[in-house]
Amino acid sequence: MQGVCYVRCVRRLWGPAQASQILNVTNMHRSVRQLQHKKVMEDNKPWALISEVGGQGYIEEVTDIMKQHFQIICHKDFLQNPLLHGPKIQAMFVWNALPAPEPALLSSLPSLKVVANGGVGIDHLDVSYITSLGVKVTNTPGVVSDATADIAMGLLLASARNIVEGHQIAVNPNTTHKQCQMGVEVTGSTLGIIGMGHIGCKIAQRGKGFDMKIVYHNRSRRNVEDEQAVGASYHDNMDDLLKASDFVVLAVNLTPETTGLISHRELSLMKPTATLVNISRGLVVDQDALVKALQSGTIRAAALDVTHPEPLPRDHPLLGLPNVLITPHVGTNTYTTTRRMVQRMVENAVAALKGQTIPNEVKPK
Amino acid sequence: MAEEKTWALVSEVGGEHGYLEELADILKQHFRIICYRELLEDPVLHGPKIQVLFMWKYCPAAEPLLLGLLPSLKVVVSGGVGIDHLDVPFINSLGAKVANTPGVVSDSTADLTMGLLLASARKILDGHQIAIDPKTMHIPQSLMGVEVTGSTLGIIGMGEIGYKIAQRSKGFEMKILYHNRTRRNVEDEQAVRASYCESLDDLLRKSHFVVIAVKLTSDTTGLVGHRELSLMKPTATLVNISRGQVVDQDALVKALQSGSIRAAALDVTHPEPLPRDHPLLGLPNVLITPHIGISTYNTARRIVEKMVENALAAVKGLPVPNEVKLQLHN
Repeated sequence: MQGVCYVRCVRRLWGPAQASQILNVTNMHRSVRQLQHKKVMEDNKPWALISEVGGQGYIEEVTDIMKQHFQIICHKDFLQNPLLHGPKIQAMFVWNALPAPEPALLSSLPSLKVVANGGVGIDHLDVSYITSLGVKVTNTPGVVSDATADIAMGLLLASARNIVEGHQIAVNPNTTHKQCQMGVEVTGSTLGIIGMGHIGCKIAQRGKGFDMKIVYHNRSRRNVEDEQAVGASYHDNMDDLLKASDFVVLAVNLTPETTGLISHRELSLMKPTATLVNISRGLVVDQDALVKALQSGTIRAAALDVTHPEPLPRDHPLLGLPNVLITPHVGTNTYTTTRRMVQRMVENAVAALKGQTIPNEVKPK
Repeated sequence: MAEEKTWALVSEVGGEHGYLEELADILKQHFRIICYRELLEDPVLHGPKIQVLFMWKYCPAAEPLLLGLLPSLKVVVSGGVGIDHLDVPFINSLGAKVANTPGVVSDSTADLTMGLLLASARKILDGHQIAIDPKTMHIPQSLMGVEVTGSTLGIIGMGEIGYKIAQRSKGFEMKILYHNRTRRNVEDEQAVRASYCESLDDLLRKSHFVVIAVKLTSDTTGLVGHRELSLMKPTATLVNISRGQVVDQDALVKALQSGSIRAAALDVTHPEPLPRDHPLLGLPNVLITPHIGISTYNTARRIVEKMVENALAAVKGLPVPNEVKLQLHN
């Protein structure tokens, strides 16, 4: 309303041509003020460092979640002028272990308050070191569990029933006569879960639907209700689980204690008809031992969503074995779960910056 | 002199359609087996001795020409539960019974269904191909699938297999809808938390995963065509473990090409296998397995044992446990 009166006054006082000029300048000033106001609003959002959008980084669809609360800068852009950008950055989002929160990078982020990881595994983060700098560390447990349990079952079934091989035979332009190898029965078989945390329990729940007999090994035994809910039996001795299982699923987190947890000895305890499914971390398994076990028929097959490194070198023996199914760490790769992870990651970072209680703070041991 | 075993005709041992050695051994415990090729060498000599025809993967086909060579035939026993490939009235008219092997096939078929559903939803095939591709240098972030947990599963055909699929889906907290000729009883529904959809259209509109588990009859032929596929969500996946002819394959190709539905996972096609230049083979959003619903050692063995059980009963003139008697009002 004020704007309209102003325009009328100017036009009455100065005549059309000059009024026009004055009004244009005024408009320009107003536009600039508006832009400055908007910029100030955006500038009020704290800066967050991310790896990249696309490539090995985030899918485009989730960037809006981050932008609601943060001004984001990609690692590549940051590196153009670390001295300029560094001090602005208060949060760092880590996705797929990138950007790597290493000393060189962290020392260029004097205002950093939080390293927020997308995903529950934090074996790639030196939590003690980061927190010693006065920076908080967060992860995203819970939101990853369903999708990860689903992939564990998907890998188990695909391996047991030779689904990939079957497809290849079904669509191969040359072979119509090749018989698909017989699979192994899932219903009624014994499922051994090593690591009965949030994800392990959800795997047990799913296994129960197939009338699988569920046995588990964990640092600590779960309570009776949890066990009865899925009909799971505790095996204090992991060796017993290995001997009894038709399918062994690894769902531990990676720590010094679980590194190389499954090696020659453990594989040799498994049934020759058994399948190993790994959805934890590649380093939990001694890969050389696994190759030998698969080649010699010590175990029937393996299905791995994780390896070390990721991806494996192109000449790695695991890639050539017919009884190995590998997926490129897709445990949480659904639009729904990815969005939830980014949302949780952002929530954690916002809480850290505001000095509020952080939903998923990771404290050093 | 050892009692002569009853003669039974099989396709072959080994080979594309044949029995695995271990399975043939089960047959040989109770029967004198003769392969189709051997029969043809001297049908006049061998034919009249044969009292049992064991069918495995549709072979040997129980056609008039073959049956004409088997005047002593008492029973045709088909491994598996589907009997759409058998002309039951015709076989009965020759004085022979027909038997199949229901029940023993259900678990492994339901398992494969879930395997196909998960493999398609989570792009396990694509993932594996990328993981082992010599050109792969980085883990791709763009290989995104669709969420299975908490999604809606629509089961068309809630027989024994359909029900077992529902049981398995419950563990994934899927919301279960089903359509069937008749509604199941309340306890059955509550046990798997399944809701009846009297309208198939309703089920198609609401489901993220549509599983076809009907048997093939004149009523179910072409049950899922253009119209049905267009009712489905563009984010939905079709899983077929029944028979290829239940789906209009040309309509399916169009729906997959146009994005009318997200993807399809098929253990069955028509014919099997598909001709090598069939458009379904070239689509990136199709997963096909070569009818392996019952292909586990355990289940195959149980099927063969049940085939033997039925054949022995027929030969002895006893009631045949799984005799196929066609409903008058079918």
